[in-house]
Parts: sequence; structure tokens; C-alpha cells
Amino acid sequence: MRYSALKILAEGLTGNRGWKPVWRTPEPKAEYDVVIVGGGGHGLATAYYLAKEFGITNVAVLEKGWLGSGNIGRNTTIIRSNYLLEGNQPFYELSLKLWEGLEQDFNYNAMVSQRGVLNLAHSDAQRDAYARRGNAMILSGADAVLLDRAGVRKLAPFLDFENGRFPIQGGLWQPRGGTVRHDAVAWGFARGADSRGVDIIQNCEVTGFTMQGGACLGVETSRGAIRAKQVAVCVAGSSSRVMGLAGMRLPIESHVLQAFVSEGLKPVIPGVITFGAGHFYISQSDKGGLVFGGDIDGYNTYAQRGNLPVVEDVCEGGMAVMPMIGRARLLRMWGGVMDMSMDGSPFIDRTGIEGLYFNGGWCYGGFKATPASGFCYAHLLATGGPHDTAAAYRLDRFRRGAPIDEKGAGAQPNLH
Amino acid sequence: MIIDHPLLGPRDAAEFTVLGDAALIHRPDGMAEGAEAAFHDYVYLRDNPAGLHRELWYHEQGDRSWLVVTRNTLTHEITEVALARDVARAEGRSR
Repeated sequence: MRYSALKILAEGLTGNRGWKPVWRTPEPKAEYDVVIVGGGGHGLATAYYLAKEFGITNVAVLEKGWLGSGNIGRNTTIIRSNYLLEGNQPFYELSLKLWEGLEQDFNYNAMVSQRGVLNLAHSDAQRDAYARRGNAMILSGADAVLLDRAGVRKLAPFLDFENGRFPIQGGLWQPRGGTVRHDAVAWGFARGADSRGVDIIQNCEVTGFTMQGGACLGVETSRGAIRAKQVAVCVAGSSSRVMGLAGMRLPIESHVLQAFVSEGLKPVIPGVITFGAGHFYISQSDKGGLVFGGDIDGYNTYAQRGNLPVVEDVCEGGMAVMPMIGRARLLRMWGGVMDMSMDGSPFIDRTGIEGLYFNGGWCYGGFKATPASGFCYAHLLATGGPHDTAAAYRLDRFRRGAPIDEKGAGAQPNLH
Repeated sequence: MIIDHPLLGPRDAAEFTVLGDAALIHRPDGMAEGAEAAFHDYVYLRDNPAGLHRELWYHEQGDRSWLVVTRNTLTHEITEVALARDVARAEGRSR
């Protein structure tokens, strides 16, 4: 069923009796060409692009819980392509371009809103670094505008420009960045994949891999064994646990990132704003809630909740940059478990095991990457080679001395 | 989280910084055969278990001691705290 204004009108006039479930609930078959482990944003995007771009439709997406129950529903919905390094920036710009055409492409309202992302600079050195970053962005085909104080003041007059410790000196603005309705991304990709013949199987936990002679022939699941020519794992947050079933150790630790939503307010925050002297980022949802977050908690965890010291730190960051939010009351807070990799960058690669593929290590930046991650993973599965923009995301890059370390923090996952 | 420091008693985890897996105590011998591969695994690969995890915490806002904290990564419950010095000695890593 194709959604359109005409369809809504016709259904409205006929009692809304014609709407169908957005995807089927099929029983797993005994064999598929590709089994994707993990029905989150990246897994569903992979299935969608496999079917749409590469014509591979004999595909199953296996999800342990319900569809989109992981980080696709727990993030702060920001999209941007403002990275610095060559291994990263073209990939994230591909992602932003895919976001821009996504709703028309999969015929689903994901509320893609390009309201701009503003990174604040608080020193001369930081402004220089942003000038360099902006140039790297423009070289990759992205947009970037270096703003002086007056330029920032025009966009966001409510900021604490004269803060004694962190006066605002300027900022780097990406007008094409913005926010997206995160759950709708999962639903849109699921619907697009399902309508092309992909089986989305929920409540189906992978408990092991079927191995023979060093090759992966399929998966063992809570609903029986399923054979597959290719098994594509896509379970960021739980990557170590799942790949551990195949005997692999990964350059990844699992950490929690907390996020917060305030009570609904009238529109006050024009786009996404990040504090440059601490770690705080904020946007405002269409319902009016201030959506914000900051650093990860810093210790290994699989609990989807964090601790109070980080809550305090995030709120201090907010107060330092926009004191006006001090009276807003917090409505909800939660945590998401993420793969923190050794250089802060992800992996989209084949493994040493024939037939087994891995996508993970997205740190706290997986949401914005969703379409490009799915596209490049599908490209790898269908063609056997990496997509040009994801060629650096290899599992052996540490062995080769080729990490992609945006922050320059070294092999210390809790500092990325 | 409250970490029961062996010398100072219960302290707020906010006083500490965390380094990670206590397996990092076992630095490979750089002169041994296959040291390059051993160092790759030591520096970059992690067990990352869901459940009990032994990890190194540094009491930066306190007595600057290194601790080995055994903590459940599913519940955040801390079951054992020892001075890293004692652990390293017991495991044959320190003089």
C-alpha cells in the first residue's frame, strides 16, 4: 500500500477500514540467502537497501525483542555530517544525503527536519579547529558555515555569551543537519523491506552460529536453526556478546549513554546546539520537550541506565551555555548501551569466518549513520567489497596501524 | 555507585576514574616471540562480559591508589574491591 494524501482522504471518507498492518509477521523459513541478526535501525536499513538497491529479497531480519527496541528508540535523534577525518566524513555525508531523500524513497513520514546543527566555540584555538573541520566538511561535499559572535547571536540570542569561564567566541554551523523522528526510521525501513519480500521475525533470539570447517552456515535461534549463505550481525550495544558466540573478541567495550527530556515548552531552541567547552548537546522536539545529553558514564555496562554524577555533569553543561533552561523540569531520563570502539569509529566488514559479517562499534553516533550504514553493509554483502565511503571501517585497522581516531584519545573507549 | 575502598571505606564512584578491564595488569613481554600480536590483543581487544567484570579504578580525587573492582555490568553491583598492588603481586606481576 502506497501512502499519499489522497489515500488519507479516501480512508477518511470510508471509515478508515482499509489500513493494513505495516509489516507481516511471518514464520521463519529453513533457509535464506541473507540472515541479518538485529532488527534495529541499521539491520532494517541493511535489509531495505539489500532488497531495493541490490535485488536480494530472500532475506530475514531476526530480532530478539520487538522491532526497533534498541538504540533506534533510545537516541537523541540528531543527524549531521560534521566529522574531520577522511575515513569518516564522506561516509557521514553519504548518510546525510540519504536522509534528505529518505521519506520520498521509502514512502513514510520520518519527520526529517533540517533545522541546523551549531557547535559553539569558546576560544581562539577552538575556532581555528572548527575552521579546519568546516573545510574538511566542504571538501566532502557537505555544508559548513563558520560564524562569529554576531552570527551565533543572530541564531541563538539566549546563549550566555559573557560567561566568565566559557565566553562564546563563535561557532560552526551546519544548516543541513537536524533531527529525525527516530522510531519512524525503524518503521519506515521495516515497511520498505517487508513490502519487497524481506521476512522480519521478532521475538527470535540468536543463541549460536552453525559452524562447519571454519565457515558460518547459519544461526541457531530460540525458534530453531536457520541456514543462510550470509549471516550479517548488526547488534551494536551487544556486539561482544553475539560475536562471542562465534568465538571472536572485539575491539569494543559496552558503555551507557544517558539522555534526557524536559517537560514540553514553547519553541525556544532553533536547531541542535552543542556546548564546546564541556559535553552537552540539546535540541527541542516537535512536542516541545528539550532533548539533551552529554558524556557517557565511562564504565563497562549492559544496564540501560546510568548514574547520578553524569546527570549532574550534563545539567552543569546546560546551565553554563543556556541558563534559561534552569527552570525547566526534567520529565524523563534513560540510558542506551553502545559499542564503544578503540578509536571511536565503527566497523562494517567481513570477519575471519567465511559467511559471517559484522557491523558495529558505532559509539554514541549510530543514529545519524543509519541509512549509510545499511547502504554500505548491503553493498558489502551483495558485492563482496566495501563501499567507497566505508572502506576504512575494517576490523584489522588497529593491526595495520590505521585507526580513525577523531578525538585523538587512543585505545581508551570511555574517552571517545 | 559506592566503592568500598580497602583503606578508606565507602567512597562515591564520582571520586574515581575508570581505566577498564583488570586484565590490563598483564602487560605482555615486549621482547618475547610474537610480541607484536600479543600487544595488539592487549591494547585493542576486550572480553567485555555481561555479568561479573574485574576492572581497574583510580582514586583520583582521593588517595591516588589503583583498585581492582569486581562489578556486575548488568546490575552495577560491586562485590569485591582490592588494591591493584595486592592483586598484581598475587598474580605475579609486581615486585
